[in-house]
Amino acid sequence: MELTAQGLVKQYPGVRALDGVGLTLRGGEVHAVVGENGAGKSSLMKILSGAARPDAGVLTLDGQPLVLRGPRDAQRAGIRMIHQELSLVPELTVAENIFLGHEPATRGVIARRTLVTDARAVLDRLGQEAIDPAASVRTLSLAARQMTEIAKAIARDARVLIMDEPTAILAQHEADALFAVIRQLRADGVAVAYITHRMDEVYLLADQVTVLRDGRVVSTGALGEYNRAEMVRQMVGRELAGGFPVGSQSAGAERLAIEGVSSGRVRHATLQVHAGEIVAVVGLVGAGRTELLRAVFGAAPITGGTMRLDGAPYAPRSPREAIARGVALLPEDRKAEGLILAAAVRENASMAVLPRLAAAGVIRRGAERAAVVHWIEALRIRTPSQEQLVRMLSGGNQQKVVLARWMLAESSLLLVDEPTRGIDVGARAEIYTLMRDLVERGAAILMVSSDLPEALGMADRVIVMRDGATTAELQRSEATPDRVAALILGEVA
Amino acid sequence: MIRGRSWARVGDYALAGVTAVEALIFAAVAPGFFSVANLVNIALSIAVTGILAVGMTAVMVTGGIDLGVGSVVALSGVAAALAAVHGAPILTALVAALGVGVLTGVVNGTLIAYLKVPAFVATLAMLTAARGLAFLVAGGRSHGDLPDAFGFIGRTSVLAVPTPVFVMIGVMLVGAFVLQRTVYGRHLYAVGGNAEAARLAGIDVRRVTWWVYVINGVLVGLAGLTLASRLGAGVPNAGVQYELDVIAACVVGGTSLIGGRGTVGGTLWGTVFIGVLTNGLNLANVDPYVQKIALGVVIVVAVIGDQLGRREQGG
Repeated sequence: MELTAQGLVKQYPGVRALDGVGLTLRGGEVHAVVGENGAGKSSLMKILSGAARPDAGVLTLDGQPLVLRGPRDAQRAGIRMIHQELSLVPELTVAENIFLGHEPATRGVIARRTLVTDARAVLDRLGQEAIDPAASVRTLSLAARQMTEIAKAIARDARVLIMDEPTAILAQHEADALFAVIRQLRADGVAVAYITHRMDEVYLLADQVTVLRDGRVVSTGALGEYNRAEMVRQMVGRELAGGFPVGSQSAGAERLAIEGVSSGRVRHATLQVHAGEIVAVVGLVGAGRTELLRAVFGAAPITGGTMRLDGAPYAPRSPREAIARGVALLPEDRKAEGLILAAAVRENASMAVLPRLAAAGVIRRGAERAAVVHWIEALRIRTPSQEQLVRMLSGGNQQKVVLARWMLAESSLLLVDEPTRGIDVGARAEIYTLMRDLVERGAAILMVSSDLPEALGMADRVIVMRDGATTAELQRSEATPDRVAALILGEVA
Repeated sequence: MIRGRSWARVGDYALAGVTAVEALIFAAVAPGFFSVANLVNIALSIAVTGILAVGMTAVMVTGGIDLGVGSVVALSGVAAALAAVHGAPILTALVAALGVGVLTGVVNGTLIAYLKVPAFVATLAMLTAARGLAFLVAGGRSHGDLPDAFGFIGRTSVLAVPTPVFVMIGVMLVGAFVLQRTVYGRHLYAVGGNAEAARLAGIDVRRVTWWVYVINGVLVGLAGLTLASRLGAGVPNAGVQYELDVIAACVVGGTSLIGGRGTVGGTLWGTVFIGVLTNGLNLANVDPYVQKIALGVVIVVAVIGDQLGRREQGG
């Protein structure tokens, strides 16, 4: 089995996403496709999965020309794509989703029992005994949904599997389970194209590597031919300054104090954040980290405990009240919760402070533009203009737009949920530097990260959450990966 | 101001161009189309729907809809007529019509924004209830024989242009300004574009939503008053199916049914386009049944054209 692409060109308005890209996927190999956002990975994968048609270039499957007029053609050829944004129907069951469009049926009537037993078999093959095929997807965790998505992809004869950052929303042990599944599929002779930003995963999984940059192939070859620094250098086109920016000062006055707070899954969470420090909350998916941030932001009701902000009682009943006190949230799911994708950079950035940029309810357009331009430059947001639709920006620049909104609002306590989820390596370093700069200038950051190196690299203090409760607190110097991992899993006292 | 805003880049100009072509065709085939009298006639025929379409655009930008506008037009018209026989006719009619609009708007807004009833359902209920109430209050009949002053907004003209046309133009100018230049207008787009992101940016989504139905209600009351004044009577079965004409005008003008996108400029051209179409087909003696079919086709073609246009912008 061999799927090749040659000379692919894809032109979008204002940007040549692919400029003569070639790729060869072979059965029984995992081929990592790496590159910054905007390098052309997504465009390449869209073409391979039939979701987009190239302006030039050809595909071949086992030497035969392959023309994909749509995703259905790709599926017929055995090519399956697992999207970063999952494509499940929440109201249907796991089994119904897995066989969506290919339901076992007699004369149009779905064979319900076969459906469930077949789904069970597929899930078992992935080692997902815990997922109930009869459960509706709406009730599943993100990780279980991801596994369902993979089950859906491999349920029918899959020859090529394309995965777009599949671990972005998974905790470490869930990612490990996924890797085992991928190795199993490789052993079964499936060709896997694996898009990722994470070097660790490339080294864990890949046989072949292709590095893309600015719509071109920088290099391609066996994993053994690469070393890490070289690969990163090829991706970003420059040397990384290395490591995480470290704070130079000791923490200042207490900004936020949470005492015994409960909200949804969160039970009796207690922690403090001081001016000038970054506090990272780590834990498994479902430990209540995101819920805690949302409660602090007034976006979820608090059912117990108390909070203080700058020494004064703090009980926001809405995000509006939290924002008025200088609190900001950079949500994990930027596209669903952070941004209006169909709106311009300007409109997204000014969203929280419009009244301040207005006179008698009328927006002062000059003031708005000036304010937004200032932060576009200060945060180095790469956009052709402030009128560009946010949808057209890369993940890193989208995150910066959200950050610009809070800079405009003069927020000084930032709640940052998965700051670099879906953001490429080069832009990550920029986000880290921006976060560190903010606290150096007196802000405080409470962040949640599932990426342990990131959490430990950025944090001045680490809070461990387990089953909704804060279970441990470590200074930066004490927070070794092994120790924190053990605390996350609850394996040590 | 008419131009599409950046997050609602709609082919306003394109639609204006299509409307011009449409007018040229009718000028060629329909005698008398380009007479001053007929152009005034067209303007008058779209005045009431034009007023309603501005409110509907704002509602649809938030992702909502108002199916009850035709019934509330009738109810406010009846209320205005009944009130006009008491006191100073202009004042009492105005208060009654706008009052009905505000009240129905408050009911809609409260149901939709705070009680989370889907807008489709809440305003469908209003469509039925307001129509029933209009007949009930009117005792099942029209109320004419009103003081002459009642014609103040519907039967007067300035420089040979009927007053309702000026009312429509005024409403559109104010509507365009509010949608494009004010904080409230921007919040409407934010709520319709992504309600959760808007909420997390500190926008009071429920309040913004509540107000859009109340403001829309005021415009519906104004439209009801204008229509009743023009008819010289409160007619309980006036405005039947207006909601469909109004939504059609908005959609043809590029307003999205799922929210976040739409402009008063686009809606203006949508309204004009449909008004010209109806008028031209009438003058060309096209069978009224065929006219309805033509309108249906036009709506679908306009939406398809809009979709294709946006895809080419890299959607």
